[in-house]
Amino acid sequence: MSDGFDSKALKVDALTKWFGPRCPRCLGGEEELEKNYCPDCGTVYALRDLSLTLYEGEVLGVVGESGSGKSTILNCLYYDMEPSSGSAYLSSFEGGSVDIFSVSAQAKRGIRNTLLGKVYQNPLQGLKMRFSAISNVAEKLIAAGERNVAAMEARAVGLLGHVNIPSFRMREAPEFFSGGMQQRVQIAKALSNNPPILLLDEVTTGLDLSVQAKVLDLVKQIQRELGISMLLVSHDLGVVRMLADRTVVMLDGKVVEEGLTDQILEDPQEPYTQELVHSML
Amino acid sequence: MSPKSLYNFAFFDEGSKRELRRAILKAVAIPGYQVPFASREMPIARGWGTGGLQLTLSLVGKDDVLKVIDQGADESVNAVSIKRLVKGTTGIRTTEDARDATIIQSRHRIPEFSLARGQILVLQVPMPEPLRFVEPSEYATKRLHAEKEYSGAYLALFEEIMKYGRVSTGADHPVLVNDRYVMAPSPIPRFDNPKMNRSKALILLGAGREKKIYAVPPFTKVASLDFEDHPFEVEAIAGRKCRKCGAEGVFMDEIVDEASGASDYQCNDTSFCGASRVI
Repeated sequence: MSDGFDSKALKVDALTKWFGPRCPRCLGGEEELEKNYCPDCGTVYALRDLSLTLYEGEVLGVVGESGSGKSTILNCLYYDMEPSSGSAYLSSFEGGSVDIFSVSAQAKRGIRNTLLGKVYQNPLQGLKMRFSAISNVAEKLIAAGERNVAAMEARAVGLLGHVNIPSFRMREAPEFFSGGMQQRVQIAKALSNNPPILLLDEVTTGLDLSVQAKVLDLVKQIQRELGISMLLVSHDLGVVRMLADRTVVMLDGKVVEEGLTDQILEDPQEPYTQELVHSML
Repeated sequence: MSPKSLYNFAFFDEGSKRELRRAILKAVAIPGYQVPFASREMPIARGWGTGGLQLTLSLVGKDDVLKVIDQGADESVNAVSIKRLVKGTTGIRTTEDARDATIIQSRHRIPEFSLARGQILVLQVPMPEPLRFVEPSEYATKRLHAEKEYSGAYLALFEEIMKYGRVSTGADHPVLVNDRYVMAPSPIPRFDNPKMNRSKALILLGAGREKKIYAVPPFTKVASLDFEDHPFEVEAIAGRKCRKCGAEGVFMDEIVDEASGASDYQCNDTSFCGASRVI
């Protein structure tokens, strides 16, 4: 990359994702859409030419109403979903010179298993509910080629201890855990390979306040200790205020405003951002 | 004229045999890969060896000699029924001696006599997909095989070590064939897994209910999955001696005397045990 990749951990370029057949009307231009929806053919444009940059060691908050495309970004980056068009570059993959959407399925698995970690909003998606918590953490290590049981067990026990899962419960399956514990197991799993980038999708949604605070503390602590870059998707501005250095505001699949979190929350420029901030309780 | 001779040679019509042989050729060409095939209705129920039976019927010729094993035994009802069906529709000779047979159809055991070049071992398979336990979707497992993504198979073993302190697969311990495909070896005991490695005989595996055929060609590398610090181990048989023939170092059945509670051992492979007694 000519513009230098020194401090950028992730660069997303013109990412687009649509669901539906598309028709001449919606191909004609954005002004034809109702919000992000084509009234003629029913195509939904979840992401429209979305570009963003995540710098090394920073936490980038992504806020916006439901349906604005926040989770779709993470789904595309973690290969849970195929983007319709656009590209993304990781500084940790080929020095940021190769589009991570253009590589082979095997290379994609490699990126997913070693360079990224993701915490899903719903632990059902991120964990194997019937396998023990230790095995869940070890899964990513096995996928990355580790074949030593003792080493994997030690790593899993260490990480689960770090996220405050009591040692006498580590051999239990997450289906018997509370929601907060499941979420913490997910975080331990996402961290197992020391990924340079962590994708967090509504990590605290659905948790009660005290558990929310614990999970947030944990994320903050991890970020300070390990210097991991994080892409934090949330519709909770309180969470974003506490964790994110910078924030992008999304609406109908596009970024409407971008800047330092304090700036966005204290002095919003765009009408939608103003509405969002003023809706905060 | 006996009613059975109304059937075509080896029960099947020639078109069915050809379809099966094509699937077998593909399976041999890609060791360990599960080839789908149009599993036929058979005169025995699915789950009772229809996969193995279809392989045997598609391969058998007038000069073949057949042995059928059911969990080590030649005389169990299932083995006898299969033998009678093949014999009745082909008129070929059957045998109990593994060294004498050209085709050996087996459920859950590989004979103790080491197999020779030119022999074919047909194994009956209930569950051909080694990743099914971790991934219920066939669409997904096909992709995992294509991408050689086998962490699921290792994860299942890892979970057993976490739960029980060791790998606890009683049978059907997954193997890596030719450094490429992870394969279910059918529910043979772990004791039989090493016999697949560089076997001189062709090994064919058929799953009738699941409609899959796969193969280990002669002299192919077959490695049981394991971890660096938990190497693959066969069942402990040291010190066990057959109460009938005195054989050691073979897979044994445990016979418990209910009155005294003491246990005795006996060769699981009945024809091997008998042969040892004669010699």
